[in-house]
Amino acid sequence: MAVCVAVIAKENYPLYIRSIPTENELKFHYMVHTSLDVVDEKISAMGKALVDQRELYLGLLYPTEDYKVYGYVTNSKVKFVMVVDSSNTALRDNEIRSMFRKLHNSYTDVMCNPFYNPGDRIQSRAFDSMVTSMMVQVC
Amino acid sequence: MEAAAGGGCGSGQPLLLSEGEQQCYSELFARCAGAAGGGPGSGPPEAARAVPGAVSAAAGPVADLFRASQLPAETLHQITELCGAKRVGYFGPTQFYIALKLIAAAQSGLPVRIESIKCELPLPRFMMSKTDAEIRFGNPAELHGTKVQIPYLITEKNTFKRMDDEDKQETQSPTMSPLASPPSSPPHYQRVPLSHGYSKLRSSTEQMHPAPYEARQPLVQPEGPSSGAPGAKPPRHQASLIRSFSVEREPHDNNSNYPDEPWRITEEQREYYVNQFRSLQPDPSSFISGSVAKNFFTKSKLSIPELSYIWELSDADCDGALTLPEFCAAFHLIVARKNGYPLPEGLPPTLQPEYLQAAFPKPKRECSLFDSYSESMPANQQPRELNRMEKLSIKDMADFPVPAQDVTSDDKQEQNKTRLEQNKTRLALKSTADEALPKDMSEDPATSKDSNSLKARPRSRSYSSTSIEEAMKRGEDPPTPPPRPQKTHSRASSLDLNKVFQPSVPATKSGLLPPPPALPPRPCPSQSEQASEAEIHPQLNRAPSQAADSSPTKKDIPYSQPPSKPIRRKFRPENPATENQEPSSTVGGPASAATGKPHTAVQKQSSKQKKAIQTAIRKNKEANAVLARLNSELQQQLKEVHQERIALENQLEQLRPVTVL
Repeated sequence: MAVCVAVIAKENYPLYIRSIPTENELKFHYMVHTSLDVVDEKISAMGKALVDQRELYLGLLYPTEDYKVYGYVTNSKVKFVMVVDSSNTALRDNEIRSMFRKLHNSYTDVMCNPFYNPGDRIQSRAFDSMVTSMMVQVC
Repeated sequence: MEAAAGGGCGSGQPLLLSEGEQQCYSELFARCAGAAGGGPGSGPPEAARAVPGAVSAAAGPVADLFRASQLPAETLHQITELCGAKRVGYFGPTQFYIALKLIAAAQSGLPVRIESIKCELPLPRFMMSKTDAEIRFGNPAELHGTKVQIPYLITEKNTFKRMDDEDKQETQSPTMSPLASPPSSPPHYQRVPLSHGYSKLRSSTEQMHPAPYEARQPLVQPEGPSSGAPGAKPPRHQASLIRSFSVEREPHDNNSNYPDEPWRITEEQREYYVNQFRSLQPDPSSFISGSVAKNFFTKSKLSIPELSYIWELSDADCDGALTLPEFCAAFHLIVARKNGYPLPEGLPPTLQPEYLQAAFPKPKRECSLFDSYSESMPANQQPRELNRMEKLSIKDMADFPVPAQDVTSDDKQEQNKTRLEQNKTRLALKSTADEALPKDMSEDPATSKDSNSLKARPRSRSYSSTSIEEAMKRGEDPPTPPPRPQKTHSRASSLDLNKVFQPSVPATKSGLLPPPPALPPRPCPSQSEQASEAEIHPQLNRAPSQAADSSPTKKDIPYSQPPSKPIRRKFRPENPATENQEPSSTVGGPASAATGKPHTAVQKQSSKQKKAIQTAIRKNKEANAVLARLNSELQQQLKEVHQERIALENQLEQLRPVTVL
């Protein structure tokens, strides 16, 4: 359902990025990159006062013709960005939220691995398989 | 290969079979032919021989038999072609025999050629189904698709005495004989264990390193043969064969139901892991934190991604800590990986924490397929797991801090009574191996603990390295003692200890040198006194005797090293007190010096002076270097500031005309 999933570190470099149609990857990379600005904007808009209450799910960051980009930020300023196909109208907000939640859980599992140094690329197979399950069925 | 004794075929007739081989083949043929020639255990050669002449083996049983040899299908095809069955269209005795020999050759790793069969070969090994075994030997093949060597086979081929094998078989046979159920086991039953075992073996063989050899291992399992002695032979034979190939492998496990042989943890392995766990975390019911485990597993020298993956597999609840079963699983995976097994895609069922916890109390009878390839430890041909893994792991764990004693004690704790004898023999073997190991390990624990601590230390320091360096630098400063707080003592001032650390040493020294011989004069007793006194004390470095004598060496005191400082301090307060004594001592001293050894005193003094001078020079150089560096840095800063200033001035000028205008 998702076409591209990316995990961006606090310093705005990607920890993990994967897209399904393997051609044209660059386009997705670019989209994710531009979405970072929007994410930052939303974070700052939420305000410093509301840090605690700031919701992790940012919602639709920006829509393009073909795609919609959703964002999610963790408390440690790690950002998850997901690009979905616009034609997939059946995809509701709840589903997106649940997908982000799964991402977040898998990410924390990766973090729990003592052999993982924060800031490294994520190479965990479990994480990969989870993302694959989310990205299935693009034809 | 000494086993292929007997007639041993040489070159010449393509099908010269040794006696044992003849027996074996003929029996097999008989069986395949469906003839009743093969009686349980008593396959008399005559009967067997009589039959084949007239019969050709049916293709079905033959195919089954070949499959039981656990060679890849391709090889079997080759064999059938070579032996001429295809040509002839059926498996006559000659074809069958040739085929069997080829199978033996293939199992020995030789290429499938006609030439191969011309040499002595061990018997081909077949994994027999239960029914076959029962029929044959009246011995129930072990429950889960045990591999039964065709037992009656050879009698003479036991040049290799494996008592334990024999014992084992004997001990086993009683247990197995009861299973001599009627031969009329349903045919499908025959299929299942066969295929199961075969597939299991296949999977394990694929996993194994030197693939073809491994297939043999299990078969060494001297299972079946209730006829203990004859049964013992083939395994021995195989053992010898295996030896001859210098493949130290351990027999394959036969009892496991699971296809994941390598992922079973044997009892000894488990003990070992538990001990390791305890070394990291005394409470077995608690868990090991991630960092501790990381340090520990890093010692295994696997790559970090692999370790990361292993952790992922084993930490089932993803809590960043390992409980005992999780730890065992992780350890087991590491050991497996070190032995060349590829890591599984998912945690094997036998390594699941629940399984491990449940299985904990039970002694594991299955053997894991952990052959210590890389280990050259004498492989016990015990079919059961036991020490294989352990030995392997022990050697592997030479990297780890290993309590070797635990291992050997674990050994003795084995609960398999049927294996007691085997254990004893094995222990004998093991203990020799372990003796070597404990030495390594006793060193290793020390070194590894050191490395542990070393590793721990740098880790904790990694973030504060700079501060520590700075601290170190600062720490170096003290050695250059600041000028002592000079009590304004007349003598002190004259002594001018400050000059000790200053480049003015030579001057003072030179100034001092001339007077030395003129000791006695009272006017300079202060110096002399101080010199003598100071020298008395600082004679850490110099001969104490010098102190009294070397009154001339007044200035040596200043040039003596910092360690003498406290001495000087001591000296100071003493001064007033000693002053009174000084005259006497100095009188005595100089007198004796004058009389005794003015020259030697002078020489010694000069040497001391030299040392003092050298130390002073060193300190000065250091100070110079520091100052030079500081100077260069400051100059750079100055340049930069200059440039900034120039830039700013330019800007100002540019702006000014605008505003002016």
